[in-house]
Amino acid sequence: MNPNLSHYLILSALLFSIGFAGAVARRSAILVLLGIELMLNAANLNFIAFWRYGANPQALTGVMFVLFSIAIAAAEAAVGLALIIAIYRQRRTTRLDSIDSLKG
Amino acid sequence: MLNEIAFYLAAAMTLAFALAAMTLRHLVHCALCAAAAFAGLAVIYLQLHAEFVGFAQLMVYVGAIAILIVFAVLLTRGEEIRPDSNQSSPSWMTGVAVAILVLGGITIPVFTSPSLQRLPPAAAVAPVKIIGQELMTRYVLPLELVGVLLTAALLGAVVIAMREESEVKRQIRPPAPERAEPEEATSLR
Repeated sequence: MNPNLSHYLILSALLFSIGFAGAVARRSAILVLLGIELMLNAANLNFIAFWRYGANPQALTGVMFVLFSIAIAAAEAAVGLALIIAIYRQRRTTRLDSIDSLKG
Repeated sequence: MLNEIAFYLAAAMTLAFALAAMTLRHLVHCALCAAAAFAGLAVIYLQLHAEFVGFAQLMVYVGAIAILIVFAVLLTRGEEIRPDSNQSSPSWMTGVAVAILVLGGITIPVFTSPSLQRLPPAAAVAPVKIIGQELMTRYVLPLELVGVLLTAALLGAVVIAMREESEVKRQIRPPAPERAEPEEATSLR
C-alpha cells in the first residue's frame, strides 16, 4: 500500500514554506541561499510525485526535468556562494542588512 | 504498509532537519542539517521508484552543494559566531506570516481536490538504461546546454571569487611609494 499523491504534495508544500520562511527571515546570506535550495528541492519533489502518479510514467518527463533542475541548482549554488565570498572579502560580513550600499 | 512507514519516516526526517537548518544559530549546524534534509529527500525519491534521481540527489546535493556551503561558511567566518547577535532580520514576523499564508494556499486546494487523492499506477520504473537513451536522443540538446551552463558557472564562480586577488596584493605592499608615483606623474605634467 502506498501513500497517495496528496501526501507528497503536502510534504512538498511544507518544505517549500520552511525554505521560504528561512530565506526571508534570516540575516545570513548563506542561509538565504540554503532556503532557496530547499524551495528548489520542494519543486523537484512535486515533479517526481506527479511523474510517478501521472497518467503516462513511461514518458520520463518528470525525471528528466528534475535531473536538469538539479544541474542548474548546482550551478546556481556555485555562483551564489562565489558572490557571497567576494562580498565577504570586500565588506567583511555576510549579513544582508549590513550590505546596503550600492557603491562599493 | 512498509512503503507507507518508509515514507512517513523519511518525510518526518526531512521536515525536522529542514526546520533545524532554518532555525539553528550556528551556520555550520545549519549546513549539516540541510545536508541531512537533502538525504531524506533522496530516500523519498528512492521510495517513489526514481532511483537515478535519488542517487543524483545524494551525489549533487549531499556530496557537492552541502560541502560547498560548509566551505563558504568556514571561509566567511566572522561576526556570525557572536552568540549575542540577532540572527533574524527585523521583519522576520512578516516573512513567517507570508510563508504560512503560502502553505495554506497550497495545502487547502490539495486537500479539497479529489483527483489528487489517487494511488499510483501499478509499475512505473525508470531504468537507467532508458534514461541514458532518452538523454542521448530526445534530450540531447538540453543536455549539451546544461554542460555549457555548468562550464560557464564554474568559470564564473572562479572569476568572481578570485577577482580581488590583485587588490589584496596591492594592500599587502606598503602604500607609500604607490601614492608617491601618481603625484610625480601629475607634477611632471
